[in-house]
Amino acid sequence: MKSVMRSLRSPLGRVRGLGSAHAGTEHWIGQRLTSLALIPLSLYPVVTFFLAANHGGYGALRDWLHSPISATAVILFLLVGFHHAANGLQVVIEDYVHCECAKSATLFVIKFGSLALALAGTLATLKIMLGA
Amino acid sequence: MAAHKPRPLSPHLQVYKPQLTSAMSIFHRITGIGLALGLPVFVLWLLLLAGDQPTYDKFIKIAHTLPAQLALLGWTWAFFYHLCTGIRHLLWDAGHFLKIKDVYKTGYIALAVSTALTVYVAYQYLWVAS
Ligand code: HEM
Repeated sequence: MKSVMRSLRSPLGRVRGLGSAHAGTEHWIGQRLTSLALIPLSLYPVVTFFLAANHGGYGALRDWLHSPISATAVILFLLVGFHHAANGLQVVIEDYVHCECAKSATLFVIKFGSLALALAGTLATLKIMLGA
Repeated sequence: MAAHKPRPLSPHLQVYKPQLTSAMSIFHRITGIGLALGLPVFVLWLLLLAGDQPTYDKFIKIAHTLPAQLALLGWTWAFFYHLCTGIRHLLWDAGHFLKIKDVYKTGYIALAVSTALTVYVAYQYLWVAS
């Protein structure tokens, strides 16, 4: 017979994507790389942002964001930060939520919500930078 | 049937002696979740900053209430703690400080540095500014 089992995974398990997906390494490396990038990318914009907010408020913050360099730092923080947060939360969910349905629903909300919020924050930053 | 005999369990959380190592590990996770909850607030802040000043000022007024200031203090500490223990994680991944003595030493350093940075930054916005 041609269909000799060449793997210990059952055909049903394979169809459902159970077992090792051979895709964990990129996720792990991605989490390390975003962590490394976040050291300067979170320290510089967030701390500067808080200090400007307190020493001048609305006007000072908007002035600071008029510089493309500050705006770039904030946008990079949003992109890398949300990526790292979504991937990090995914690990937490996968550790504690074992019901397949609740797991995929939560992961979908986290991934899509992160994308939407990163986009909204980026557009707000761009709007201030361009002085619109 | 023998196959259905319950398998022996590894030492469980309830019988585990609390240690600096396990506590710091779970706090890295808790602060990560806490910071992830802070990101939407940061986006809200940017969106209001892109809008008009009266609306922005209303938001700042809420931010100056006691519960909001306490939340801010919590986020400040969570940020510096997660940053310090995150760097510690990266050093471990690169193969450094893995001896138990070094794990404790870097743990105390991370606690001290994150607490010092929190006190400094909190002083800036809690007392100097308001
Ligand atoms: C916007 C700021 C940040 C957010 C929202 C965030 C969020 C998270 C979350 C939710 C996790 C998953 C926790 C877990 O699996 O236990 C995580 C893990 C991690 N974070 Fe962050 N994080 C932030 C900043 C940073 C920074 C600045 C570093 C710098 C070194 C860092 C380093 C790490 C590392 C190394 C892990 C993996 C830990 C592990 O393997 O157990 N994070 N983060």
